[in-house]
Amino acid sequence: MREIHYDDIVQKVADMCIEANYDLGEDVYNAFKAALKTEKSETGKEVLAQLIENADIATELRVPMCQDTGTVVCIVELGQECQIVGGSLYDAINDGIRKGYGKGYLRNSIIRNPIDRKNTNDNTPGIVHIELVEGNQVKIKMTAKGGGAENMSDLKMLKPSDGLEGIKKYILDVVRVAGPNACPPLIVGIGIGGNFERCAYLAKKSLFRHVGKRHPDPAVAKLETELMDDINRLGIGPQGMGGTTTALDIKIEVEACHIAALPVAVNLNCHASRHKEAIL
Amino acid sequence: MPIFLQVPFQKKDIQGLTAGERVLLSGTVYTARDAAHKRMDDQLIEGKPFPFDIEGQVIYYVGPTPAKPGQVIGSAGPTTSGRMDKYTPKLLDLGLGGMIGKGYRSEEVKQSIVKNRAIYFGAIGGSAALIARSIKAVEMIAYEDLGTEAIRKLTIENFPVIVINDVHGNDLYREGVEKYRQI
Ligand code: SF4
Repeated sequence: MREIHYDDIVQKVADMCIEANYDLGEDVYNAFKAALKTEKSETGKEVLAQLIENADIATELRVPMCQDTGTVVCIVELGQECQIVGGSLYDAINDGIRKGYGKGYLRNSIIRNPIDRKNTNDNTPGIVHIELVEGNQVKIKMTAKGGGAENMSDLKMLKPSDGLEGIKKYILDVVRVAGPNACPPLIVGIGIGGNFERCAYLAKKSLFRHVGKRHPDPAVAKLETELMDDINRLGIGPQGMGGTTTALDIKIEVEACHIAALPVAVNLNCHASRHKEAIL
Repeated sequence: MPIFLQVPFQKKDIQGLTAGERVLLSGTVYTARDAAHKRMDDQLIEGKPFPFDIEGQVIYYVGPTPAKPGQVIGSAGPTTSGRMDKYTPKLLDLGLGGMIGKGYRSEEVKQSIVKNRAIYFGAIGGSAALIARSIKAVEMIAYEDLGTEAIRKLTIENFPVIVINDVHGNDLYREGVEKYRQI
């Protein structure tokens, strides 16, 4: 058993929280630049240019690119041959969030429960998913997920007879309804299959894949490309003000499901797509 | 070319603005989002005085990040306006001149904007570091206990916005999208 210390996890998570919020990933940054060349609307171009400048300012001044510094969501790939010492993995992640959000002057956006809506004042708890994998390493993938885009996400239990056409129509409807509220240009995360809760998780997980990277299964990759084309013909454009860049990318994850089922989840991410990962 | 506009304004100053136009705002605006709106509304119902003179003012829907040492304000981009729709027509009837936010407004709000000759500006969601540069001073006005959601008076200089809903009933979110829609 390889030992992994609590404090090391805290430090890594804290660093990732700050970096994710200050430094926009190169994948998204490059996607902005590419979109600026193809966008047809003048207003759309203005918006994209402003987003590029915003990312530059955030990196240079070491400040958050967006004031909604999000809910921290971590997917932990926990090697089954390692042992966490010094405390629980969940506590270590929450300590890391507390530390990162404090030190990084990030906004505390989490309330302790939706009934009394009292702020926890340290942005904890984060949402932690643990996947047990082979090996003796721990990989922590984190995102700071904004509320605007999360609020426009949706899930539907389609009928198998709805088929591919039904899936596409549903996804386009969700993006259309979201319009400006989800801060387009978007990264559209899709889960197809599993069951009710698994499908939502798949959609979230898909968003951790780099922008521009297609699914390894050619059939899924083809669906991603087709949907991307359709979404960009909806006319929504940057910030929903009209244009040809509604999505920077679309990600699909698929999984086995029941013969009677066709669950589809759409987890929208705004352009402030903040992802980091660390290996311990 | 952007249009320069001073805030607060008189209603006549905004009658010529049209959805889609870029505007640079200078002057002062008040911040308020979900919790502040709820409290303002509760106080109005109880007959208590409004926390600031609302005539011709602009409310900015924002909950900034904490300021770092040496900063006037943290990152300060717009939040989704639709969550404030429930309270907005009443504020417009009281004399509110305009709002800055992002995202759709309800039919009631859009009608109230036309009726009251007011305006809704969109700031670019997620460009919070850039927007913060146009905020020059911050003064706490009310509800300090609400933290990021408190009402603050911001002194702004060339704050970049785009007209979404104008006094004539135009809506950039509808018309802009129609122009580029292919399916
Ligand atoms: S949806 Fe994203 S970009 Fe828009 S305000 Fe929220 S976190 Fe920021």
